[in-house]
Amino acid sequence: MSGLIKSSIARKVAMALSGLFLVFFLLQHFSINLTSIFSKDTFNELSHFMGTNPLVQFVLQPVLIFGVVFHFVTGFALEMKNKNARAVKYAKYNGGANASWMSRNMIYSGLVILAFLGLHFYDFWVPEIVHKYVEFAPEDPTRYYGELLHKFESPVRTGFYVISFVFLALHLWHGFASSFQSVGFNNKYSVAATKFAKAFAVVIPAGFIIVALVLHFTH
Amino acid sequence: MNLTLKIWRQSDAKSQGKIVDYPISGIEGDMSFLEMLDVLNEELINKGEEPVVFDHDCREGICGACSLQINGEPHGPDRLVTTCQLHMRKFNDGDTIYIEPFRAKAFPVVKDLMVDRSSFDRIQHAGGYISVNTSGNTQDANAIPIRKENADDAMDAATCIGCGACVAACKNASAMLFTSAKVSQYALLPQGQVEATERVLAMVNQMDQEGFGNCTNTGACEIECPKGISLENIARMNREYLKASLKG
Repeated sequence: MSGLIKSSIARKVAMALSGLFLVFFLLQHFSINLTSIFSKDTFNELSHFMGTNPLVQFVLQPVLIFGVVFHFVTGFALEMKNKNARAVKYAKYNGGANASWMSRNMIYSGLVILAFLGLHFYDFWVPEIVHKYVEFAPEDPTRYYGELLHKFESPVRTGFYVISFVFLALHLWHGFASSFQSVGFNNKYSVAATKFAKAFAVVIPAGFIIVALVLHFTH
Repeated sequence: MNLTLKIWRQSDAKSQGKIVDYPISGIEGDMSFLEMLDVLNEELINKGEEPVVFDHDCREGICGACSLQINGEPHGPDRLVTTCQLHMRKFNDGDTIYIEPFRAKAFPVVKDLMVDRSSFDRIQHAGGYISVNTSGNTQDANAIPIRKENADDAMDAATCIGCGACVAACKNASAMLFTSAKVSQYALLPQGQVEATERVLAMVNQMDQEGFGNCTNTGACEIECPKGISLENIARMNREYLKASLKG
């Protein structure tokens, strides 16, 4: 049983499962964001529900934060171990000959996403927590849409948002499809599953970018 | 063909190595890469210099001894070949060719281009076998019915020659493709089932102890493998390992 915690395979599976969990979260987050360009009221209603429902707030939110922290801490730890496995570097290493840029640079795309998450937490999550659990401000179910628009006013911030999601797409391009292999799923359905994962890696980040640009340019 | 070779020279395991330039001329396209190195070594010996040490044995692509990182790729730019099967026609007149040993903490350099791959042997010893009593009345293996697909997949996995190209190609110096091939060749056959749990646990444990990196599914190993060992084997080993961990 100890192998389920310490072994290289266990760590690989843990990265895959935490990644898959975050992919599901991303889909849910995108669905809510998408409503903002169609219906202000629906966006407010859904945000209000997510922001006040005790199950979401006190069970799912801590699980999500744990998932994010676990994914990047394990990612860093594995990167350090992997770098150490080749102490003397090659004078010439032609990595592009046999593996995609995305698969070889997950740590860098991941760092950009982490930096973005820092800003995103500073923008949305921290004020939200202060509003609800520090100031105990009275809840206004219509405040969310206005706060969203405010964050996408600055072209610099919107630009950084767009770049971050491009890196998220690069990260998902390898990460999502690769998670199937990590959990041992490689069979006749793998080609279809990989195609789905690659499509998801492009469509969902592109969707986030479109929502941001629509909100930026139409308000 | 005139070439400039940039070869890693290291006098022993403890010394600091460096890249040394060797111009070479008169190389024919039909020569194998190792024959080209033979020509270089003859020249070096005639000049009274130390020849370049490199591993080789069968020179027909089955022993897995030749282990050179050529222009940043294990066994060079060609696919599904070992270094001894790589022909000089894959290069052009005037090319500069980097020749380095396979690099991994678990493959320490012995001298120049020769590395110690006994870590692979220790992974095999940990469980890459089946215990059969060879007392003289061993059952004929052909008497056991095996699905054709499984027999084929087991045979494909068993074609791994343990050359180490997977480790050399992997940006993490991971030995997952090798270990998974050795796990798979038994996992797919009824003869391998008896010791399946202990085998995968022991082999993965040994692989981790040797200091190989973790697999991040870049797929470089599969592309560079001279025997075309598939990534499916790694997925199979992951399944076998998870199953065995829950049991054992």
